[in-house]
Amino acid sequence: MSFITVHLNVVSAHESIFSGCIKSLQITGSEGELGIVPGHAPLLTALKPGMARFIKSDNTEEVLYVAGGMLEVQPRSIIVLADVVQRANEIDGQAAIAAKASAEEKINHLSKDADFTLLAAELARAVAQLRVIQMAKKKN
Amino acid sequence: MAVGKEIKTKIASVQNTQKITNAMEMVAASKMRKAQEGMASSRPYATNIRNVIGHIALGNLEYRHPYMIERETKRVGYIVVSTDRGLCGGLNINLFKQVLADAAKWQQQDAEIDFAVVGSKATSFFNNMGANVTAQVSGLGDSPSVTDLVGSVQVMLKAFDDGEIDKLFIVYNKFVNTMTQQPTIDQLLPLPKSDDEEIKHRWDYIYEPDANALLDMLLVRYVESQVYQGVVENLACEQAARMVAMKSATDNAGDIIDDLQLVYNKARQAAITQELGEIVAGAAAVG
Repeated sequence: MSFITVHLNVVSAHESIFSGCIKSLQITGSEGELGIVPGHAPLLTALKPGMARFIKSDNTEEVLYVAGGMLEVQPRSIIVLADVVQRANEIDGQAAIAAKASAEEKINHLSKDADFTLLAAELARAVAQLRVIQMAKKKN
Repeated sequence: MAVGKEIKTKIASVQNTQKITNAMEMVAASKMRKAQEGMASSRPYATNIRNVIGHIALGNLEYRHPYMIERETKRVGYIVVSTDRGLCGGLNINLFKQVLADAAKWQQQDAEIDFAVVGSKATSFFNNMGANVTAQVSGLGDSPSVTDLVGSVQVMLKAFDDGEIDKLFIVYNKFVNTMTQQPTIDQLLPLPKSDDEEIKHRWDYIYEPDANALLDMLLVRYVESQVYQGVVENLACEQAARMVAMKSATDNAGDIIDDLQLVYNKARQAAITQELGEIVAGAAAVG
């Protein structure tokens, strides 16, 4: 069974970001990077903050930033239930750099009452946002 | 001339009422726009998570979550979403009728009924009825948040976990368009099966990392998103229904004013005619 395209829905709690046919999807799962092409076996996974990159049916590429959520894959449909989604051009690069620097600073000088996992998550989000911006720049 | 003084006062009072209903209509119209936007923006998430849940319920999973197992129905739970305020036409009553009809069906099968209510209208209705209300929340305002709802949702979920209820439904008005609000009863638990024909064969997911943790996380999100969506849809319905109700109230007030004006004019005319008649008769007698 092979399909040429698969239907992808990317939704966050407050909007639907993308709905349409795609040729492939690259996304950050909780256990690592995932590459999904049409006809993939059913898969259910949590998402880590990271990049979602997909090639649409007209061969153009789109890059999104996804901050956690869930991914469901069926052979003929993919659903991304994200907590927060941003398009590459919506991300505030300066703020991401600042967030990264402050998170690194706090981790390096860890105070007693600081929550390490929280800080690590903050850092991961900022790094992921920066990667999405870089990716989008490279594309243009 | 003291003709029709009562009628004049009555007209003035109806005019005042008309002003109020007209203002309420305009307020409802502007609130509706906002509520509709809120509803439309969270709808895709709710629909998609429902689709995912539909797939999961169809699958042949290694880990059978308690939410996926159909039990013999001895007790049914309803989460009823209503409005906090009145003056919105038959919106709430239509919804309650629908719930009672549905509940009666379960009662015929010897099942008992529990209610968790959202909104003060449902609270007073089901309390007056003497129904078994296990949780209630009201005063959510124009932009409800998920955290406000979590409490009553948890009560119902716990009841399901403990085996006190065997089915859970959510009841709300679905916003179709400004003129139409559809009372809707959706099954939340056990998970409703999707009617997607293509995946009816035996299959299971690949889980990353772990089926147990993933499903727990997904199911909680599912229930919360469905209840939240029900509440925001109901909010948009409330404003739409109020707008329509107030518009017809304004129109009716206009009709009443027209009628009263006609009565007043007739009375005035009759008085003038009578006076003229008297003068003419008096003049004739003198001459």
